Amino acid sequence: MNKKKVRLEINGIQYEGEAEPRRLLSDFIRDDLGLYGTHVGCEHGVCGACTIQWDGNPVRSCLVFAVQANGARLRTVEGMAPDSDNLHPIQQAFTEVHALQCGFCTPGILMTVQALLRDNPDPSEAEVRDGLSGNLCRCTGYQNIVKAVLLAAEKLAQK
Amino acid sequence: MNYVGTSVTRKEDNRLLRGSGRFVGDIIRPGMLYAAILRSPFPHGKLKRIDTEQARKMSGVVSVITFADMPDVKPIPMRLAPRDDLIRALQKPLASDRVRYVGEPLAVVIAESRYQGEDALEVIDFEIDELEAVVDARRAVEKGAPILHPAVPDNIAGHFVEKTGDVERALAEADLVLEEEFYIQRHSGVPLETRGLVAEYDDGQRLLTIWGPTKVVHFNHAVLAGLLDMPPSQIRMIELENGGGYGIRGEFYPEDFLIPFIARKLRRPICWIEDRNEHLKSANHSREQWHRVRVGANKDGRIVAFDDVLLNVMGGYIRTHGATVPTMTAAYLPGPYKWDNYRCDANCVLVNKTPAGTYRGPGRFGAAFVRERVMDMVAHKLGLDPAEVRLKNFIPTELMPYNTGTTAFGKPTIYDSGDFHKQFHLALEKFNYYELQKQCEAERRAGRAIGIGFGCFVEKSGLGPWEYARVEIDPSGEVVVYTGAADLGQGVETVLSQVVADALPIDIERVRVVHGDTAQIPYGGGSYASRGTVLACNSAVVAVGEVRKKLMQLAAVALQADEKDLSIEKNCVVKKGTGASVPFVDLAKLAAPITALPLGIKPGMSGEGFFRAEHMVYPYGVHMALVEVDQETGFLKIHKYLIAYDIGRAINPMLVEGQLVGGMAQGLGGALLEEFSYDSEGQLLAGSFMDYLLPSSMEVPPVEIVLTEDAPSPLNPLGVKGVGEGGTVGVGAALANAVCNALGGKVEIKRLPLTPDRVLDAVKSARAAAAAHA
Amino acid sequence: MKPPAFDYHAPSTLDEALNLANQLGQDAKFIAGGQSLVPMMNFRLVHPAHLIDLNGIAALSYLRIEGGELCIGAMTRHREVELSPIIRDGWPLISECMPFVAHVQIRNRGTLGGSLSHADPAAELPAVMTVLEAKFVLRSNRGTRTVPVKDFFVGTLTTATEPGELLAEVRVPPLPLATGWAFDELSRRRGDFALVGAAALVHLAPDGRIEWARLAFTGVGERPTRAPHTEQALRGQSPTEDVVRAAAEQSSNDLTPESDLHASAEYRRDVAKVIARRTLMKAIERSRTASQ
Repeated sequence: MNKKKVRLEINGIQYEGEAEPRRLLSDFIRDDLGLYGTHVGCEHGVCGACTIQWDGNPVRSCLVFAVQANGARLRTVEGMAPDSDNLHPIQQAFTEVHALQCGFCTPGILMTVQALLRDNPDPSEAEVRDGLSGNLCRCTGYQNIVKAVLLAAEKLAQK
Repeated sequence: MNYVGTSVTRKEDNRLLRGSGRFVGDIIRPGMLYAAILRSPFPHGKLKRIDTEQARKMSGVVSVITFADMPDVKPIPMRLAPRDDLIRALQKPLASDRVRYVGEPLAVVIAESRYQGEDALEVIDFEIDELEAVVDARRAVEKGAPILHPAVPDNIAGHFVEKTGDVERALAEADLVLEEEFYIQRHSGVPLETRGLVAEYDDGQRLLTIWGPTKVVHFNHAVLAGLLDMPPSQIRMIELENGGGYGIRGEFYPEDFLIPFIARKLRRPICWIEDRNEHLKSANHSREQWHRVRVGANKDGRIVAFDDVLLNVMGGYIRTHGATVPTMTAAYLPGPYKWDNYRCDANCVLVNKTPAGTYRGPGRFGAAFVRERVMDMVAHKLGLDPAEVRLKNFIPTELMPYNTGTTAFGKPTIYDSGDFHKQFHLALEKFNYYELQKQCEAERRAGRAIGIGFGCFVEKSGLGPWEYARVEIDPSGEVVVYTGAADLGQGVETVLSQVVADALPIDIERVRVVHGDTAQIPYGGGSYASRGTVLACNSAVVAVGEVRKKLMQLAAVALQADEKDLSIEKNCVVKKGTGASVPFVDLAKLAAPITALPLGIKPGMSGEGFFRAEHMVYPYGVHMALVEVDQETGFLKIHKYLIAYDIGRAINPMLVEGQLVGGMAQGLGGALLEEFSYDSEGQLLAGSFMDYLLPSSMEVPPVEIVLTEDAPSPLNPLGVKGVGEGGTVGVGAALANAVCNALGGKVEIKRLPLTPDRVLDAVKSARAAAAAHA
Repeated sequence: MKPPAFDYHAPSTLDEALNLANQLGQDAKFIAGGQSLVPMMNFRLVHPAHLIDLNGIAALSYLRIEGGELCIGAMTRHREVELSPIIRDGWPLISECMPFVAHVQIRNRGTLGGSLSHADPAAELPAVMTVLEAKFVLRSNRGTRTVPVKDFFVGTLTTATEPGELLAEVRVPPLPLATGWAFDELSRRRGDFALVGAAALVHLAPDGRIEWARLAFTGVGERPTRAPHTEQALRGQSPTEDVVRAAAEQSSNDLTPESDLHASAEYRRDVAKVIARRTLMKAIERSRTASQ
């Protein structure tokens, strides 16, 4: 099965595992490392449920082989909240304005939104909609997600 | 502060935002194996043989299951709207001698990883003699068409007629008669999380546990017990988080038999997580309908006759929903209008496509499209304002409760309450209709194509016949609500907490909701047909009533008073006028057997409740859209979109709006983007998200919601109606009407979806019609 | 949808990669960003026995101007191209096209070279490179050759690269001062492949007439399609809407669109003229502004 060693850093923690070359990074993060917050929706790069951050930039983990991420610095949704009692301001904004229903798309969206607000701390509504266009949501109709991102921008600006 | 009526934030959110919600794909059991399913690549054929020898030899493969391993298995029965005629076309979990749609399960590989399972699928040797496939329902019902099931020689698996009045006479007497054909395309819920199951058989305990079922867990539990010939007490189903239902997740599918069956057979836990390609070709499709309509109207705009021949396109088999979709269409086609002469001749037609089931607003998305297009066509023919035509036809509120003359699920359709005129006027005002209409007319004279469209509807919700709840205060003072409803992401946990917190009363933070576990909840109706709030909340109120009786009974002992001198306040019971009180937590402790029994009181601070709903309740609404057509490309720009909805009573207004906007996005997908396209040979062309197009944040416009509580339901103590589907059903109608209005009423659109191609053709037709008139 | 098994190689130099490719032959594929290849593998549409990962070859990722030409290493991520000030300054047509390429998550990982090598007939970049008359530097362990863009795209998902060869660099010639540009496309949803797209360049003469114009389409044939009849019809003409409309009509003869489930061939032919006119008008306006 020619498994290869994979060492990577996720949310500041060093992980090590083994993966055959074809194992997708999405499956490796979930089943091999036990980080189930990243979800799998399509395995062809369209839906965005598997979005994680690689060096801070959102990418599709279903389109990367785990072996390719050897040595990489990644972030997933599990690394967002500061502790078990408090949410990140972006997460807080999401719950305040009902920006999630089933929650399946939410981790991927949070990963995208965090990078969006880092690059553009004061986006317009149109910019937010454009920035969200790579993450599909089937429940909310996006309206409250847009609201949440604009609210999160305010919260982050206040910090 | 009352929780009910307040937009409290959801209890579900914390874990979902952290990524710690448990979905079925997150379940790991020791020794778990993975299933990969071989599915028919052909739409129609005779299955001659399957040779699994090569597959069994592949690395990591433990077993390969075919029909030969279950020769006596019975077909999957119907749950809703069952009919004797439909029994002829039910589906067995694996194909035995025939395949009838691309995607039909042929065999199951069980391997140490999904990767290896898929490797083995590639080497299963099978032989299928292809038969001619039929994909167009109009052809399927013609003489000489390929026959799917020998017992159904005309491919019409089910047939029934709904009618009221005398449609033929009324047509003969009408001032204007229109004859039109409409088509709504095949599309479906397509949730972001695909289906999945984990099943594990504990040989020693003789207990089969299944994670992943949802929506109608107790029903599925009963069906599985029957198909496996096992006592129900040996099966436990556990619902987890799930990534969207919309009607299609949670039905009893072939896989819902196969995975538990194999787990029991192999004595190993089995995990099946559907992939996206599988999902698009094997989870329920929906919506596809042909309508051949004859309409009679009078010069004043009143519809006096409506006759519809409906071809409801099923698929290769009939699924658990039976005739639900055409039943809904036939019952609710009249919508909010007073149609005294109406007939719907409904046919369940078999074709070589994936079987179809219910999807958000089943039968009603298409019904609204047809009905509302007809209203506008009549308006155009008579030179009347489409708003006027509707106002002429609405059922007056004085006639409520109003028996439409149709039936559904064996019960008459009686609208419980509603003021359609009032709501429509309110919507016109909020939309600024008359002003916008003038502006559009001026713009159209100047050469732009911009117009307004309506989609009026009556929704149904609160489908009974019953729901169950148990409410308990545990010795720490925590309130646990056990509900038979299912969580589909709609917020049932939060809404139930609000209702119980108000009813007890107690702080909402102390309320916890448990759902979907057959071992913890003995009875359940499930969540579908927008029944969650109506049924689950009302049953919880009944249960809370029983708990309050217990609180009083024990408080009388604790405070040494008569019950008539006691009053239940938030978190405690007080003795009126004295200031003496005892908190719920102490009463819960007192209810332990060791203290309660000597008092002659039945132990336990808990109560059960059933709520019976004999009739459904009927929320209603209207969609309004302002749409511009790019006359060179056929692309649409939605400038304004409004949904007015009367919900009777809103437990959590924020969640209600969320359902309406989310529903609208799915309706928009159905109106503009989504289609399960097949080629003429029966091959599914939409096998990926590159081809089946879900709307993104760029395609869904902002939606304005006008929520009213004018017409609470008299049929349940909370006065609530549901809202799961109202956001979806009106969209096809409103957008199609807006496009036709934008094109000056010179072309009538009768097909969905409104692709750029189709809209551009409509633009050209409208130009040609205008030129012919000039 | 799990991919089939393969042997994995991660060279750190281009020479190593090319030697591997030569050794392993037809059974090997290069993987760049993977945004096109991995979906195909997940659908099991391709079964390469070997993958040669180019992501470890730092020397293939660069963006610079050499002798006035824009030189982009094949492994440069789309996102870097999108945000590059050099490109925005000198080749703004590329900057305008980038936001149409899928979504930011794809652009963070996908590469210019990978995308061009994939040669999807409805992709944006092939049409843009075509209208810019770019040159593609191909490397194999047999040597280097430079192929003009018009010879690079051969058919649907097919390029002129030979076995063992890879696209190493894209070179874009400089444009004369005050060249106007525009890219636009029609797609069912934001970020999807184009139903029809067009890339236009226009240069106005000092007297205000059109000195030259270039137009390339995507989505209307197996390859990016230049529109020589339209370009010819515009040369020396006054840059009015009527002239442009008439010239855009002429593009029909150059197009070979196909029908699919998203749009018919007839539709694509019709709207190609519309997109052509819109992009040409915008390019003219920009050329005019730049001349002032």
